[in-house]
Amino acid sequence: MAADVHSEIEYTSTGLRSTKLAMWLFLASECLLFGGLITAYVLYRGQSTSGPYPQDVFDIGYTSVSSFVLLASSLTMVLSHNAALARDYARMRLWLLATAMLGLCFVGGQVFEFTSFFREGLTIHTNLFGSTFFLLTGFHGVHVTVGILMLLMLVAFSFRGSLSDEPAFPVEMVGLYWHFVDIVWIVIFTVVYLIPAPAPHGAV
Amino acid sequence: MATVTVTPQRGILRRPMATTGWWSWFTTVDHKKIGIMYGISSFLFFVLGGVEALLIRSQLAKPSNTLLNADQYNQIFTMHGLTMIFLFVMPMSAAFFNYLIPLMIGARDVAFPRLNALSFWVFLLGALFLNSSWFLGGAPDGGWFGYAPLSTTDPGNGMTFYALGLIITGVASTVGAINLAITVINMRAPGMSLFRMPPFVWMGLVVQFLLAFSLPIITVALFELLFDRRWDTAFFDPTRGGEPLLWQHMFWLFGHPEVYILILPAFGIFSEILPVFAKKPLFGYQFVVFSGIAIGFIGFGVWVHHMFAAGLGPVANTAFGISTAIIAVPTGVKIFNWMGTLYGGDLHLDPPMLFAIGGIAMFVVGGLSGVTHSIVPSDYQQTDTYYIVAHFHYVLFGGAIFAFFAAFYYWWPKVFGRMLPQRWGKVQFWILLIGFNLTFAPMHILGLGGMIRREYTYPASLGLTIWNQMASVGAFTIALSVLLFIILVIRTQLKPAGLENDDPWDARTVEWMTASPPPPYNFEEIPTVHSLDEFWHRKYAEDETGRLVRVPAGASGEEHPSAGGHSIHLPSPSFWPIVVSLGFPILGYGVLYSWWLVAAGAVVIVVGLTGWALEPSVAD
Repeated sequence: MAADVHSEIEYTSTGLRSTKLAMWLFLASECLLFGGLITAYVLYRGQSTSGPYPQDVFDIGYTSVSSFVLLASSLTMVLSHNAALARDYARMRLWLLATAMLGLCFVGGQVFEFTSFFREGLTIHTNLFGSTFFLLTGFHGVHVTVGILMLLMLVAFSFRGSLSDEPAFPVEMVGLYWHFVDIVWIVIFTVVYLIPAPAPHGAV
Repeated sequence: MATVTVTPQRGILRRPMATTGWWSWFTTVDHKKIGIMYGISSFLFFVLGGVEALLIRSQLAKPSNTLLNADQYNQIFTMHGLTMIFLFVMPMSAAFFNYLIPLMIGARDVAFPRLNALSFWVFLLGALFLNSSWFLGGAPDGGWFGYAPLSTTDPGNGMTFYALGLIITGVASTVGAINLAITVINMRAPGMSLFRMPPFVWMGLVVQFLLAFSLPIITVALFELLFDRRWDTAFFDPTRGGEPLLWQHMFWLFGHPEVYILILPAFGIFSEILPVFAKKPLFGYQFVVFSGIAIGFIGFGVWVHHMFAAGLGPVANTAFGISTAIIAVPTGVKIFNWMGTLYGGDLHLDPPMLFAIGGIAMFVVGGLSGVTHSIVPSDYQQTDTYYIVAHFHYVLFGGAIFAFFAAFYYWWPKVFGRMLPQRWGKVQFWILLIGFNLTFAPMHILGLGGMIRREYTYPASLGLTIWNQMASVGAFTIALSVLLFIILVIRTQLKPAGLENDDPWDARTVEWMTASPPPPYNFEEIPTVHSLDEFWHRKYAEDETGRLVRVPAGASGEEHPSAGGHSIHLPSPSFWPIVVSLGFPILGYGVLYSWWLVAAGAVVIVVGLTGWALEPSVAD
């Protein structure tokens, strides 16, 4: 997505850069992707015919911390963009790395969480809760991982000197994507973890 | 000229430099070459889907036939639908959008030329991936809408190929949609305001938004289907609390906008061709545009009319019956616009015009049978019968495919600098029109007579034989017409290129203001646009009495300034789009066969994108 920053043509009909418009349209399309996944989760809440159920496996405290880590990465992302605008590239790289590290902590936390759920007997094919939960959070995890790759590529390109004359622009584009992934997590965290699930299907 | 000199770069893949020769087709980022490649590949899939249709009609040509067994028949009708929709009509629309949108809005290329190449190669490899299922244990056989739980429990790999193949071609369409939408929004020539854009560009813009907002929904459904099949998840498994109905909702929430994705390009083509051959401006341009936008919005609110028989209850059925009746209104508005355009016009019945008028007429027949589906009790009788088959072939074949033939004849001189033969084109039109009606009109009667869609054979005692035989004869008549078209194309292409006149139809829009075929940079000088039908207004003015008079060439002051030696920077060819696209089928086979292949596919994509990001779009 940040790949075509070099292809900018000076004149555009709207005065906005095409890459930025394309990123917004891509994110709008992504909204429907996550919308579909979240809808499936919500429709199937409380429909599992066997355990484990959400309340059996969720550790809200643990996931709150990892959610906070992910949200904090939005701050470091903004700081790196500010540094790029100020042409302070050392600081920009530092904050980009910090963002990537926070993202890695989140993904690592998710891997740990999935592993512990697995040990408690919840896999993607155990029940409907497992299917919807792992598909939704897994999709999100893949998105964060792609974001981390792009952040690390920005750092590497910046060292290599191949980050165009105006690094603030690719940083801004990756930042748009990164903030989007964070915002989606706020929705997922609220819907999946915070709103209490109805009583399990058939249970009293 | 726009020859770009390139300095060799370090790296594994040296930057390709050639813009001619057969290899250049693999690395090109020129929207015109990509458009031609889209056109050729989707036409080949049209022929493949047509052969599948002929097999279907041969099997049904007589009662209790044993040419195909039930299993083969299931695979063939499923692949016929998938091929015609996803591998022919959608990419053929992409071909015309790719080739024409930049020319029509006065741009040198699309907004993201390399992404454009990527969407083509991902489409082609995804299409080959889907068809490779024929050799790897059987093609998809659960119908093109793949209803669960049949699709989740079906043995064999067919429906897994279906899920993966459609996800991959969906990636291609999403990338292409974003690219073309941004091209229209951001790459217009000076003066080309939104309401000076040709209607084809408007319909293209609506289609790209429909794609961008409906494909993610089917993608989620396809992933759920894939996981149900491959990793035994419970999404559509009623024994574990899953709802097969969810698949229907998600499929049709995509599937109905998809119907307009397939037909709006045709509406754009009709709206371009009628004014040129009626020598009149399009009647009610704004109505054509706004009704297209209205169709785009309402198209997301009618999906349950595919599911009236699913038992959602009278309230849902009534609401969606009403919205379905409503969406006929903007479509009807367009029909009246086209009739208004023809009314009192100086009609020239060349092949493009014949196909356009024929297409509109056939579409009206299909549209009217469509309105009968919005009446719920009537729909109960028609659902899953041949009446439905008749309906959607009248709108999609009658609408989209007639429009494509109209477009072939109309833009062939633009693209190849050669005219398709006019007289033979008319012959082809009449064969197609007769064959089409012979095939699909009897299906209305078959459906109302009780013939169920997707039956692989029927007993003679039903009394349906004569209508089935008629349809089978019609199918081969259509094949004859397509064969004639292919022969005409080959004969035309064997002749040397060169038109007496770059503007053979006395056309109205900007794409005809440059040479035919256009040079790689499209326009020597980007035109400044002053009105709708810009080219027409440059050619004609009114005298004192209000009669049209032709402006002598060159008199309008702006034409043909000398190219003046200034260079035009075009995006340079690139290997990376095809490298990245190779990763997708590898990933797909990996999901079926081995995690190692999944990893390999992911590595190819990541490496490809890295190389892509490091490569400037214009080599210097």
